[in-house]
Amino acid sequence: MNSETIIITPHTTEKNYWRDLWRFRELFYILSWRDIKVRYKQTVIGATWAVIRPLLTTIVFTVVFNKVAKLEPPTAVPYALMVFVAMLPWQFFSNALSEASNSLVGNANLISKVYFPRMIVPASAVITSLVDLAISFGILVVLLLSYWYFPGWQILFLPLFILLAFIIAFGSGLFITALNVKYRDFRYIIPFIIQFGLYITPVGFSSSIIPGKWKIWYALNPMVGVIDGFRWCILSEPLQVNNLLISIGIAIIVLFIGVRYFRSTEKSFADHI
Amino acid sequence: MALGKSISFKMSNPIIKVENLSKSYIIGHESRERYTTLRDQMTQKAKSWFSFGTKEKIKHTTEEFWALKDINFEINKGDRVGIIGRNGAGKSTLLKILSRITEPTTGKITIGGRVASLLEVGTGFHPELTGRENIFLNGAILGMSRVEIRKKFDEIVDFAEVEKFLDTPVKRYSSGMYVRLAFAVAAHLEPEILIVDEVLAVGDALFQKKCLGKMEDVSKNEGRTVLFVSHNLSAIRTLCNSGIYLTDGKTIGKEIINTTIHNYNSSVQINTSLKSHLLVGSLILKSIEIKDSPSSLSNVTIKFSLYVENDTVLNSLVMLIYNNIGQRMAILDFRDKIKIKEFLKGQVIYFTNVINKIPIIEGDYSIGFYISTDQKTMNILELARFTVSPKKPETETYIIPYDVSNRGLIELEYKTDITVEYD
Repeated sequence: MNSETIIITPHTTEKNYWRDLWRFRELFYILSWRDIKVRYKQTVIGATWAVIRPLLTTIVFTVVFNKVAKLEPPTAVPYALMVFVAMLPWQFFSNALSEASNSLVGNANLISKVYFPRMIVPASAVITSLVDLAISFGILVVLLLSYWYFPGWQILFLPLFILLAFIIAFGSGLFITALNVKYRDFRYIIPFIIQFGLYITPVGFSSSIIPGKWKIWYALNPMVGVIDGFRWCILSEPLQVNNLLISIGIAIIVLFIGVRYFRSTEKSFADHI
Repeated sequence: MALGKSISFKMSNPIIKVENLSKSYIIGHESRERYTTLRDQMTQKAKSWFSFGTKEKIKHTTEEFWALKDINFEINKGDRVGIIGRNGAGKSTLLKILSRITEPTTGKITIGGRVASLLEVGTGFHPELTGRENIFLNGAILGMSRVEIRKKFDEIVDFAEVEKFLDTPVKRYSSGMYVRLAFAVAAHLEPEILIVDEVLAVGDALFQKKCLGKMEDVSKNEGRTVLFVSHNLSAIRTLCNSGIYLTDGKTIGKEIINTTIHNYNSSVQINTSLKSHLLVGSLILKSIEIKDSPSSLSNVTIKFSLYVENDTVLNSLVMLIYNNIGQRMAILDFRDKIKIKEFLKGQVIYFTNVINKIPIIEGDYSIGFYISTDQKTMNILELARFTVSPKKPETETYIIPYDVSNRGLIELEYKTDITVEYD
């Protein structure tokens, strides 16, 4: 037998899996491309949704929390900018998680008829959200220019925080989508979690207003580290390193659990989907 | 020494080896039984005060269903294997396991080459994307790289004969174009092992011939191995040199194709009853009836009804009529007869078809359907069987007809005038 030989038995964890992921690497890109192309077919407003959503939420938050509730940002940065900078990674995370959670069930026709490493499906859902993030960055540039605000040297670290957000979204997405195949409840749980998350994550407020005794519990939310990081990179807001370290730790644990659970249930997807 | 070498067999190194393969599924049952004990009666009475009256106790049980039982066989490089069996015998399950889509419950499979499977026509095709875009999408899903697809793009379009419509969304394609495009992409994969589930059934004769030709070409000239599932026995006989006959999840193993076909034919029972069958996702075949025992050249009425379980858009419905060796004799194409294609949950669609002077020879025939809805496209075969008796003899002269096997497939209605003259 040559090197291509594959042996199939029940419950094998395939040694070939990572090689297969490499062989099917183009599929990551192609599935994203498909989702984006289809999204904007026969639409007029299509591409602008990626712009409108973060913009509208920022406006609402500014009116409600800044103008009405008189919440002030900790530094000289205008409130609207503080919110928008946090909106970017939050939108990325919430879209990525929603899309990834339903990705396997949504692609049931592929899962039941073709072989490829299933991890590609939720991964491409997260990648699609990355594209939306890139579009939103365009608006950020416009906003920064309109406030005549220029970021400092910290901006160079931004890609690292994007990577952190990706890890959190991908890890939790893998876990939820694998669970969702068998227990369809998760389709209903996710929107609720995301709504809830919007209030405990420092999007509409700054981490500095959290009182000391709650700080540890608050930092267990990994997106805290991401958003604080974004604000540090772009707006030079002081960075709370402890929060960040906790967030990184949680992110790695989430990724590990996600990958493990996904790989262990992957073989039975086609039977339950 | 030289003599020993020249009679060496190929069998020492099979490209697919299947050992003790079994696959089970857990299926659930809800059995309703009337409560029998006093305790049950009292608890049910108490419950019924609060609920809206389930007067029966519902018991949930599960059962293990073995789709494949202890399968063993070996396939050599370059074999063209036909896998045949009745509906529900386990053919698709076997293919899914060989394609690594689902895992076996027991057993071991050794595969020595790259596998490409065509289990459904147009897997991954998205109706909103154009033909061109779908070629790239489908090719990538099946395992081709973009470079490969670009290289073969023209060949694929040529094979599919859809050049004019490359830039229209495939939702506008006819079902024939759709199938041609889907097969064209898959046909240009270069796997060592090609697995094809019954996907050729729709598509005109020319296309079927083309596909079979391509599969034969790929196997004979390029040394690839082909596994082909079909109910079309004449296609199987043409293409395959070996066969595997599956019945109720079991098989004797690989044999010469003629033996396999013989085993399959001799097990087929003759019956005119129907199965209330789930056709496609949301459409259920409620009843099918052939009125009056038909004979050659008599009028035949075929009635059937479909129950709509969920809102469905019925794009195509075709009735397929097969003879007893699996040749498709004729179709009834309902596409232009169904005026409104959207059907709502709870509706029942009644079809009454009258065939004038059915021109087929006496024998046993079976009916199947090709259905395409907004959710799925499928062929379902062997839904009902009927027998056609010999044509009514003309009273003027009665001669004993020749044997059926010599009379071809069709019964003609013809008039002959004979005159004799001197030259």
